[in-house]
Amino acid sequence: MKPIFMTYTKNDIINFCVLMVLGLVIIPAFIKTEYWYTSILIPWLCLALATIGQQIVMGYTGQLALGAAGFMAAGAFACFNLILRVPELGFFGSLIVSGLIAAAFGILFGLPSLKVRGIYLMVATLASQFFIVWMIDKFGWFKNYDSSGIITAQDIVILGVPFTTPLAMYLIIVFVVTILTLLAMNMARGSTGRNWMAVRDMDIAAESMGVSLLRTKVQAFAISAFYCGVAGALFAFTYLKSLEPVAFDIKLSFKILFMCILGGLGTINGAFIGAAFILLFPVLLNSVGNNVFHGAIDATIISSIEQVIFGLLMIVFMIYEPLGMAKLWETIKQKFKSKKSKK
Amino acid sequence: MINKIVKKLLSALTMMVAIFSTFALPQTVFGAETQYFPVASSRVGPYSAMGTGYYGAQIDYMNYVNMNGGVNGVMLTWQECETEYNAVKTVECYQRLFEKDGQRIVVFDTLGTPGAYAVINRMAKDNVVLAQYGYGRTDGADGRVWPWVFNAASHYWSQIAVKLKFMAEIEGGIDKMKGKKIVHLHIDSAYGREPLPAMRKICKDWGVELIEISIPPPGLEQQSQWLQIRRENPDWVTFWGAGSGMNSTAMTNAARINFPRDRMMYVTFGAAEEDMYPAGDAAKGTYAVANALPGDHFPLVKKIKEQVYGAGKGNLADHKRIGSVYWNRGLGAAVMWIEGMRNAQKMHNKVGKAVTGAEFRDGYEALNMTEARLGEIGIKGMVAPFSISCANHEGAGKFAVMQWNGEKFDQITGWEAPLDPAFIRGLVESSAAKFAKENNITPKQC
Repeated sequence: MKPIFMTYTKNDIINFCVLMVLGLVIIPAFIKTEYWYTSILIPWLCLALATIGQQIVMGYTGQLALGAAGFMAAGAFACFNLILRVPELGFFGSLIVSGLIAAAFGILFGLPSLKVRGIYLMVATLASQFFIVWMIDKFGWFKNYDSSGIITAQDIVILGVPFTTPLAMYLIIVFVVTILTLLAMNMARGSTGRNWMAVRDMDIAAESMGVSLLRTKVQAFAISAFYCGVAGALFAFTYLKSLEPVAFDIKLSFKILFMCILGGLGTINGAFIGAAFILLFPVLLNSVGNNVFHGAIDATIISSIEQVIFGLLMIVFMIYEPLGMAKLWETIKQKFKSKKSKK
Repeated sequence: MINKIVKKLLSALTMMVAIFSTFALPQTVFGAETQYFPVASSRVGPYSAMGTGYYGAQIDYMNYVNMNGGVNGVMLTWQECETEYNAVKTVECYQRLFEKDGQRIVVFDTLGTPGAYAVINRMAKDNVVLAQYGYGRTDGADGRVWPWVFNAASHYWSQIAVKLKFMAEIEGGIDKMKGKKIVHLHIDSAYGREPLPAMRKICKDWGVELIEISIPPPGLEQQSQWLQIRRENPDWVTFWGAGSGMNSTAMTNAARINFPRDRMMYVTFGAAEEDMYPAGDAAKGTYAVANALPGDHFPLVKKIKEQVYGAGKGNLADHKRIGSVYWNRGLGAAVMWIEGMRNAQKMHNKVGKAVTGAEFRDGYEALNMTEARLGEIGIKGMVAPFSISCANHEGAGKFAVMQWNGEKFDQITGWEAPLDPAFIRGLVESSAAKFAKENNITPKQC
């Protein structure tokens, strides 16, 4: 029998414990302002989860897919309708089923990957982005016939207890993200992940060794869409608190793609680092721009300069660290370790 | 070698940004009581013309108020945050701007329906007034269900009703409208669809055939839609777009198929100089409506130009835009903030002191902008006189029709109300009641 969990080294367990203490004890104990939860931590974890989904299909399986936001929309609207129409499921039940619904879309739009590859696949998967958003817009049922087209997300209630404060929602997200991240790491290290990487590195060789291309690719798309779906539902229910197809437009798909590439393809921690960079750096630049240069420079110019700086930073990072920021992190760790051992 | 230098530079840069942001001193007026306002501007992207004009005017007006002794001695402070007309970023900006130096915001203005919807449910809990100046969630006009949301000045359902009334006048009466064909050409978003519930009902009552054609954002490509319009050959087109690119593209396309421009009615957020100039001659004759008329002849506009821009404190880079549609609209919105604050001070015995969100809400709800008061402020004629009440958060509900003459807008009608305001109000109330029922809200008694 295969072991369910791969064996872990002592370091892995220490890292895990440190992160858990940080996420569940230190942050809730020391961060009191709502802003940090609602505008930094919650969207960061949600988008990091979606980026893990993108990592699975792009970083591990090597399939250039662009449509993560579409799957997020599918997950978000599925969750809304499940809570509305099947209240017996409960929040976590709805979350899982909405992930599965997104996964079904993932399988559907992953099928072209058997025929087309590379940049052409990217164009083919774009269809998912547009189709899902169009479908939600077109058929009123998905939005419960709301005249305005933007619906309010229900409050999260688990076993009769409402989870509406920023801290409570943050804890829910930490819980979901931890489980799914552990699962993703296990998959990536296990035979599933080896199959993905085999397909990524050379699909013909993988096939001749007995790896089923159909199964591996479709599986990767399904799991990826599952992650995106759950992330989308969380994003809508905890961050936006409203559901609107426009929020899941092509720009968000691109953002997730950039998070994936900039964080480092084929790494799980890269998803977190990349999401942090893409999401938080513009916020930092904007607050610096507004605080430091307030009144000194025309506000319109500041806003434009921020975008220029952000674009430049991305280019510089890509040139000098093409393996992504996860690699940068590794190098720093290595240096630290070698310094220690020298002593 | 270069690798190392760049890496060092990068880390130094990150450090510097981090340090700067912690030491960044927010701008404060020392030694005086202050009231803090958020400016969730949208200065970059396809909707920049809207954002720079509208928020520029709000900042200009706040500067003007400060230069004239504040609001009964209370100085105004503000902070800006860039939303890019994006709902996700608007939520972040709302949270970021929420509190400054221990003072909370009392009002929030997203200048965008997507952003308004994204924050609308936080208003009651956070005690913040959502001031939607002619945009946003229409049934917010029912103050019994939405005590914290205001539509003043005038929402999209009144706007479409006024447009249909104007068409009927030109065609020679409502009975002449029977059998006519109208195309509603709109951006494919909640904002583009917002007028439809009212429009569908009126068209059905009048026997008008309504054809809905949508344009995916950002709407720079409209060939197929205009081919369809040519096939349908409608009598009128109501255009519901956003962003100068989309708005001017529609006019050039209309010119290409020879659709008469004086059979096109533009939405308030397409009815600005910045939307017309790019289309050149193709724009001539286009109709549009306004909830705040353009022009720099209003006394307040003149004073701001003199005092604020004279002192080099103006927010607009291009001074020619003072008195333009978006700038005047922002001015109208800012005047309402300050009047609301003045009322709140008076009502709660806090003259010369800062007010809280709940006090501001009361003051805003008590707005009564009579012709005389508008005259005192110096914007008589720029906006329609209006008052807000506990139940009715819409304000005037009136619009003026303008026509572009190639250089500027000519005002064609006075302030027009819908033919049947009670009917529009009924729609608002039933929509709000549906929302209240779905979300277990007990409407307030007024």
